[in-house]
Amino acid sequence: MTRRTTDSWQGAAAILLGLLAMISIPPFESDATSIPGRGWSVAVFLLIFATAIASLIPMRRLVAAIILFAGAHLIAWLLIGSLSGNEGKATVSFGLLLAAGWVLAWRAATVLSSLKARTKFADYALRLLIPAIFGAWILILWEAATRGAGIPFILLPPPSAIGARLAESVGVLTADVRQTVFKAVLAGYILGCAGGFVAAILADRVPFLRRGLLPIGNMVSALPIIGVAPIMVMWFGFDWQSKAAVVIILTFFPMLVNTVAGLAAAGHMERDLMRTYASSDWQTLLKLRLPAAMPFIFNALKINSTLALIGAIIAEFFGTPIVGMGFRISTEIGRMNVDMVWAEIAVAAIIGSIFYGAIALTERTVTFWHPSVRGGQT
Amino acid sequence: MNSPVPSVVSARDLGLAFQTNDGPVHALTGVNLDIKKGDFVSFIGPSGCGKTTFLRVIADLEKHTSGGIEINGMSPQQARESRAYGYVFQAAALYPWRTIEKNIALPLEIMGYAKSEQQKRIAETLDLVNLSGFGKKYPWQLSGGMQQRASIARALAFDADLLLMDEPFGALDEIVRDHLNEQLLKLWERTNKTICFVTHSIPEAVYLSTKIVVMSPRPGRVTDVIESTLPRERPLDIRESPEFLEIAHRVREGLRAGHSYDE
Repeated sequence: MTRRTTDSWQGAAAILLGLLAMISIPPFESDATSIPGRGWSVAVFLLIFATAIASLIPMRRLVAAIILFAGAHLIAWLLIGSLSGNEGKATVSFGLLLAAGWVLAWRAATVLSSLKARTKFADYALRLLIPAIFGAWILILWEAATRGAGIPFILLPPPSAIGARLAESVGVLTADVRQTVFKAVLAGYILGCAGGFVAAILADRVPFLRRGLLPIGNMVSALPIIGVAPIMVMWFGFDWQSKAAVVIILTFFPMLVNTVAGLAAAGHMERDLMRTYASSDWQTLLKLRLPAAMPFIFNALKINSTLALIGAIIAEFFGTPIVGMGFRISTEIGRMNVDMVWAEIAVAAIIGSIFYGAIALTERTVTFWHPSVRGGQT
Repeated sequence: MNSPVPSVVSARDLGLAFQTNDGPVHALTGVNLDIKKGDFVSFIGPSGCGKTTFLRVIADLEKHTSGGIEINGMSPQQARESRAYGYVFQAAALYPWRTIEKNIALPLEIMGYAKSEQQKRIAETLDLVNLSGFGKKYPWQLSGGMQQRASIARALAFDADLLLMDEPFGALDEIVRDHLNEQLLKLWERTNKTICFVTHSIPEAVYLSTKIVVMSPRPGRVTDVIESTLPRERPLDIRESPEFLEIAHRVREGLRAGHSYDE
């Protein structure tokens, strides 16, 4: 913590942007309905200059990070707060102020990244905080740009409107998630992955399957799912079963191909060792080849987690009962309710991340021994 | 020494040819060799002389193409299926997802030993290779020398009188190697196993063996079999005795003879 930080080009940039904004005031056009008072302007400029100058003064990194973090987000809060009633009336000056806040947040993230965590908890918090700042600023810039510049709602609604719609429609969204994720995705994912796994074991046992199934597997995995989805709806009806079928087709072959590759991953010496024990084929499979295949199998599980969600949502475009995430997206876009479409996208992103994260976490505990997980050599 | 000591390995005119696109490659030709119970036999020779191949034929990891070989009076396959030998590879080949204990338990699990018997044997063999207290560690938490000792423990855990070792200490540094050689001799003394040991190193071969088989390449064959006159009890400094140096000299001569027509 004794090292000093003075290399803040972002601080200098923030001062420059602040000065430019000062030249080009006012921040809102004169016909805006609720132009904020002089106190607001003074507060914003003061915050920008004070935070920027503070970042140029050598001080402990942690203190610098706290000052920058607080300064940048206060600026963002003041700027976004001033937008209501002034939609579409922001000027270049407003944009420059926002840019100044943004480079200060950038500086905050840079200083935070250079911090050395001394406890496990601090390390964890840091690893969450830095991407959180990143994400927050995407939302801040998105909000300010859509509302400040008056971008049409149909093209891109501001995140605040999406959030409000999300909060309003919890009931509908829950029903959609239940239909799409807990019925179609989960059933299809489990059956598809399990099927691919069993097929891989069979292909490993029976040479004729290995030669016949794998090339066909590669071909089927190249099939455009858009083409298969309506056929599945014809075969299995409008409800979740047809979507599960699409998910099975999507997930089966990545699992098959990865497991077959994984079963071949055990080294020659390890196999010879099993042979010297006169180990049976099943014993070799259970005690050597399957454990060695686990990194590959988890790879397939991760790939499939995203494929399954995409597959189920797209399959719903081709016929569905009046519930489901894909159904909602396709109907609400037709009714110009883009905020609802975005709300579904947000929910899908969150669920997809949780799904993926849970598998990645399981992977870390199962393949703890793999050099890529334990971070060691040999 | 009056009653005849039974042969553990006996090879008669053994040959092995690999079929390649350029015609057959003779990895082994005309190998005649008897290994008696309790022998410590080293196989020494330059790369490509077939010493590892011969060990792999004994282990039924390769099939010979001519002549005959018997292990305890059985064919190599029968011997392997009756779990007649333990094999130690050039690398430890421990499974990284198993602890040292569990790695030693691996052959015991496969061969169907009872849980209590497994525990007993793990403790015994860990003690034998001086790794007691490391049973709960994972292989990647140990040094290379310790890993190789664990792999020796794994080969000793079940009841095989024959131990086949393919350059087990080749990847280790000189100091660790000396130490492990000394320990291996003690272990041989305590367990009374028959050991076949492949090596590149003349001092290692002379220090360890009761019988040294000198081999030469193209085609792989035995050029000399040297019975060691050293006592069974061998401190490390025996390597400076005239007797030791004389045997080492004979081995070197044998290796050179095998090479002479090559130049």
